[in-house]
Order: sequence, then C-alpha cells, then structure tokens
Amino acid sequence: MMAVNRLFRTCPSTGLVYHEAAEKLIRWNAVAGVVSLLVGGILALLVTLTRWPAVHLLPADWFYLVLTAHGLDMLVFWIIFFEIAVLYFAAAVLLKCRLATPRIAWVAFWLMILGAIINNVAVFRGDSSVMFTSYAPMGAHPAFYLGLILFAVGALVACFVFFGTLVIAKSERTYTGSVPLVTFGAVTAAIIAVFTIASGAIILIPTFLWSLGLVAHIDSLMYRTVWWAFGHSSQQINVAAHVSVWYAIAGVVFGAKPMSEKVSRTAFFLYICFLQLASAHHLLADPGLTSNWKIFNTSYAMYLAVLASMVHGLTVPGAIEVAQREKGYNRGLFEWLRKAPWSHPSFSAMFLSLIGFGFLGGISGVMMGTEQLNLIIHNTIYVPGHFHATVVIGTTLAFMGLTYFLIPTLFRREMMFPGMAKWQPYVFGLGMMSFSLFMMGAGTLGVPRRHWDMTFAGNALGYEFPGTAYLMMGIMGISGIAAIIGGIMYLLITVGSVFLGKKIATPDFKYVAAKDGVAPKPAPQPAFGASGHGASIGMAGFVAPGTFVLALVFLTSFILYYFVNWKYLSTVWPLS
Amino acid sequence: MNTAQDHSEDVTEEPIPAMQQILDNPFLLLFIGIAMPTVLYIVWGVMEIVGIPVAK
Amino acid sequence: MSALVPPQGVWWKQPLDRVEGTWIVIAFVWCLIMFFMMPYWHVFGKQNLSNEAYRTTPEMFQAKTQAMVDKFKVREETDLKIPVVAPPPGSDVYIIARLWSWWPMVELQEGKTYRLHLASMDWLHGFSLQPENINIQVHPGYEHVLTVTPTRAGTYSIICNEYCGINHHTMASRLYVVKAK
Repeated sequence: MMAVNRLFRTCPSTGLVYHEAAEKLIRWNAVAGVVSLLVGGILALLVTLTRWPAVHLLPADWFYLVLTAHGLDMLVFWIIFFEIAVLYFAAAVLLKCRLATPRIAWVAFWLMILGAIINNVAVFRGDSSVMFTSYAPMGAHPAFYLGLILFAVGALVACFVFFGTLVIAKSERTYTGSVPLVTFGAVTAAIIAVFTIASGAIILIPTFLWSLGLVAHIDSLMYRTVWWAFGHSSQQINVAAHVSVWYAIAGVVFGAKPMSEKVSRTAFFLYICFLQLASAHHLLADPGLTSNWKIFNTSYAMYLAVLASMVHGLTVPGAIEVAQREKGYNRGLFEWLRKAPWSHPSFSAMFLSLIGFGFLGGISGVMMGTEQLNLIIHNTIYVPGHFHATVVIGTTLAFMGLTYFLIPTLFRREMMFPGMAKWQPYVFGLGMMSFSLFMMGAGTLGVPRRHWDMTFAGNALGYEFPGTAYLMMGIMGISGIAAIIGGIMYLLITVGSVFLGKKIATPDFKYVAAKDGVAPKPAPQPAFGASGHGASIGMAGFVAPGTFVLALVFLTSFILYYFVNWKYLSTVWPLS
Repeated sequence: MNTAQDHSEDVTEEPIPAMQQILDNPFLLLFIGIAMPTVLYIVWGVMEIVGIPVAK
Repeated sequence: MSALVPPQGVWWKQPLDRVEGTWIVIAFVWCLIMFFMMPYWHVFGKQNLSNEAYRTTPEMFQAKTQAMVDKFKVREETDLKIPVVAPPPGSDVYIIARLWSWWPMVELQEGKTYRLHLASMDWLHGFSLQPENINIQVHPGYEHVLTVTPTRAGTYSIICNEYCGINHHTMASRLYVVKAK
C-alpha cells in the first residue's frame, strides 16, 4: 500500500489547516492562473487600444488574433486555473482533509498547462484567429482544438480530485455535520464544471477530427447549440465560484455567519438545476430553435437561477450587516456599511464585485437573455459590456479579493505595497464598471462586437455610426486603461509578495516526507453552536434593514431598465 | 483503526430532513446538475435542430 | 468564519428570517413577471423573431435569390454592380450573406410586409440592420424566414456583426425603404 501523505500545517493567524500536498497544488494552480491573467491583460491593453477609435492601434489581422488569445487566456485559462485552486482550498483546507490523490492532481495540472500552451501557440502562429467561440465551419489549426481538449481533460480530472477529497473527508471524518457553505458553493461550481467540460468534449472532439479531415461536416447550428453548453456554462462555474468567494470573504473579514444555511444552500441548488440552461442566451437570434425551447431555457426555467442570484445578492451583504450590527454598529440604516473596512482590499474588492455583478452584469444579462429583447442586443458590443461586468467585475475582482487573503495564509508571505493594495480594487473595479457601462451604451447604438473598424473606412457602403457611439467607445477606451492600471497594481502586489515578500514562519512545522512516517489524521473539530441572531439588532423586525433597502433599490433599477428596453423594442420594425 | 469511537460523537436527537440529506450528497447533486441541462437544453435543442424541415 | 465551518445538526428547519423571506417572495414574483413577459409579447407584441426555418444548401438558396434578382432588379450600384431589387409587397425577399458581402440590395416599401429569407453561403454571419438595430444570426445551410414590416422610409445599413474572418469589418450593404406607391 502506498504511503499516504498526511502532513498538515496550521496557519498561525487564521487557524486554517493546510495539507502539504494540497497547499502546493493550490499555489501552483493559482500562480498558473495569475500568469494567464498577465498574458491576457497585455492582450486586453492591445484590444482596448484598437477599439478606441481615436487610437486604433493594431492592424486587422493582429487585432483578430489578439482578441482570440485575450478571450481564451482570460475566460478559460485564468479563471479555470484559479477555480481549481479554489476547489482544492474549499475541499482540503476547509474540511481539514488530505487532498485525494495528489499525484493525479499534478497530472491534471500539467495537462492543463500543456493544453493552455498548445492552444496559445496555435493562436499566435496566426492561423487560428477564430475567436474564443471558434464557430464551425470557420476552422482553426488542429492544435487549437487539441490544446483546449487537453486543458479540459485536465480540469475534469481536477474536478474529480475535488469530489474524491469530499469522499475522503467524509470517510475519515475530518468534519461533522454538513460541509461549510463555501465548500457547498464549490461543489456547485464543480458540478457545473463537469457538465461544461463534458459538453466541450462532445463538440470539440468532432471539431478536432474535422480539422484533421477525419470528419466531413460540422453543422453550424448544432455546433453553436452544443458549444454554448460549454462556453456559457464555463462562465456559470465562475458565478458559483465567486458567490462562494463572497461568502468566504464575508466570513473572513467580518466573521459573518450566513443568515440561513437553508436559504443560501437552496439558492446554490437552484444554480445546480437551472443555471446551465442559460446557454440558450446565445441562440435567441438563431433560426430553427423554437420559441418554446428558447423561452424555457433562456429563462433558466422561469428565472429560478436569477432568483438564486438575487437571494445571494441579499444574503451576503445581509450577513455582513448582521455581523456589523452585532458588533455595535447598529444605528440607522447604514452605519454598518459606513463603518465597514473600506481600506481592506479583500472587503472592498468583494463589495465592488457584488455591486458590479448585480447592477451591471446581472441586470444586463437578463435583458440580453429575454427572447425578444435579444433582437436589439445580439452580437452588439453590449454583449462584451455585459460579460465584462459579470466575469471581470464579478469573478476576477472577487478572486483578487481572495488573493489578498491567501497571500499571508497560503503563500506565507507578508503583503508588499499595502498602500497600493488599498486602492487597487477601486481603480480596477470602478475602471471596469465604467468600461462595461459605456460598452453597453455603444451596443444600444448598434456598434458590433469583434469588429476591427466601426468607421468602415474606404467602404462605399459603410454605415456611419452617430457621434455618441464614438464618444462612448472613447470613454470605454479610457476606462479600459484605468482598469488595466488596476490590473497591473494587482500583479505587482501579488507577484511581488509571492516571490519577494517577507516570509511568515509557521511555528512547530517540520516537513516530513511521506515515506518517513505518516502523521495521524487531525482530530475532529468541535461542533459549533447553531447560529441565532440576537433579537436586539436591526429595525422593525428586520435584522438587516439596510441590505433590504439596498435590495429594493436594486429591484427598482432592474424593473425600470427592463421596461425601458421593452419600450425601445416596441418602436422597432414589426417582425414575426 | 478507531472509527467505532468516532461514530459515538455523531448521535443527533433529530433525524435529518430529506432535503438536507439531498443537499449533503454531492454525487446526487452531480447527477441532477448534469441530467437537467443535458435533457432540457442539449437533448431538446438537438431534437429541434434535427427536426427542421428541408426547404422546397 | 461561519460560512467556512461545517454547520452541525439539522439546519434545514431553522426558521426563515423576515428579511430573507420577504425578499424571496418579492424576487420570485418579479421572476414570474419577467418569464410571462415573453409569451405575452408573442401574443400582444409586434417584435418577435420568426420560428420558420428550413434546411437548405448554398446552391438552392443562390438559385432562389438569382430568380428574384432576374425578376425584380431595378438598378445596379457601386463599381461592383450590385443589383438593387424591388420586389412587390407581400413577396419573398432573399438576401445572401457570404464572405464578405450581402447580396443583393433590396428596396422595400414603407408600411408593407415582406417575407425576408436569410442564409449564408459559407460561414456564420450576423445580419445587423442599422440604425434600426435589429440583429439576427445567419447560418450556412439554414434558411430563416422572417416577416418584416419597415415602418420608416430611409436608407438603412446592413452590417455583419458575427466575426467572419479577416475582412469581417468590410462586410456592409444597404437596404432602402421608400414611401409606398
């Protein structure tokens, strides 16, 4: 029988227990993610400077190449590497358990690295500028698909290492009761990831064979339908993951308890059942799929996943409000929020992520995902405006906030440039909010996405966009630069801290190789008392009245914007 | 092995409700999370595409 | 750090907080309203994307388009001599999307209804009518039939908003809407 590595370290400041093998894997996956973010960030600068009409930096061929690589490095490689780190953290660290089969986890990691490199090389060779979506029958070099497939296989294996760790934790009884809420959110993310990767395999393997000439034909509508089960669901992994990160940061910074385990877990359960149906958002303007299929799927079966997001959007700040009020910040509606640690980068990143994801990403997502409203939005630059609000403000900013927590506890380094870290979430978050907002604005004027030249220079039949569209694209460019400066700040802080930061020693920790002896499994954790809120906080029987008011502000904006869009649609040419 | 000793700590007065048991079972959730979108999105969608009539 | 620690015992029966309970009810009602807006608009609204589509081939669609051009051509435009066709109201109007042009140009009458057929000859394209901002995906191998009623006379642009290769940004055409005769 193989010796099992049960080497654990307890973090002196947080009390978290790290399994030695898991710790190393979490670090390497997070580092691979941040390297992808660095590459994707440089590409982001080039894309922004080209779509800013006054600058128009790159020639067309380079623009399309760089945009393809930017999409893949950010939407796939940065996010999924970091998510694997989050999964291992949520299983091994939060359950105080050894990671299942670290060797296989390393195989998964190197498969993902190999896939990411092969895919990037294929794109930078110049014959695979097919965008993130690689819609057949537009073909890329076979290496493009091969790289994605290898990466996906690696990620799938990593998901099963996560599930395996849950099994070990249960059988070795490293915890009692149910898994923590953050781990439950990670389970949700992993489940969506398995569906995502399976769909990717169903469509990318035949497409790979087609690129080699072994399959004669790939149907474009079939491709789009199945591909989006991969492409959109991959972004739903992010939603589940960053909502878990919100709960985690609320717990770390405030000691906030979930208002109710039942409500938050049921909301995650709604994600598991329905979130992935939203892949249909991309097919609302396509021929051949009926309105029945479109309406049912685009609405996540009657907006049940939107309901879940609205619940998380309330319970995360609600839990923070309750924790703050219990600490004595109980006056008025918003004392708890005013007295929040706004210079703590984990908190400010998490809070901006929540606001940006809800107000910008969430509302605009529902607009685009409404069958008829999609007609006036489909494939305009409104679409990247929406998903920069969800994936960049929602996911990336939440992950940035988590990094500030992980640097001392996981990497055991003191954070460098703490002054800059205070500002980083604001520069990045507010820059990105403005960027998304003006992209959406330009989209409502019809500016197309993935388009090198909105001026149609030299084209006798070109369309002349109104001046407002150019203005918005210009502000988008400036805001994009601001966000990129925020991104550079993040990279300076994290890379600087991880490689050059002052080391934090762990008392009484001695490395023992697995073959030299096996440590006993950690003692089961004492039970925590059921949480009950004091009756003395809040107003009018509401424990979190401030959050409730904020939620009503959100709902009002949502309703107004929703019907403004219907009003706009009603002025468009009748179609049936 | 000292599993017998561990089990003794697990005594709860109340039985666990069915819904809590479902939410505590990641593999059941995995099955639901794959089956739902596979049937409702992929299978239904592919059937509609296959059923598109040929132009005259 | 409660979201980070395992809850014990039965948490399913924990009573619901008033804040959460109220919000769930409000949010659920809003979700239902948004859901029913879509079927509502199919019945009472005027802007719905057609469900009518057929499997076709580039040759077949090209032939039908050519027949329309032969019958209803009124003039040619630009150096490329792109035909402009003015089919009568109520008739079938065909527009081909291909790398990297729309063919032919059409002239429609204000307030009249047409059956507009869209298909691609090669890759995916995006029919984007500006400044009306109507956007529809165009597939190779599928013929999408839309019933459309232009409401305002003027010169409109059709641009491509689905990335289709290196000259994607040059793919643009016109659509004329003239006062009804």
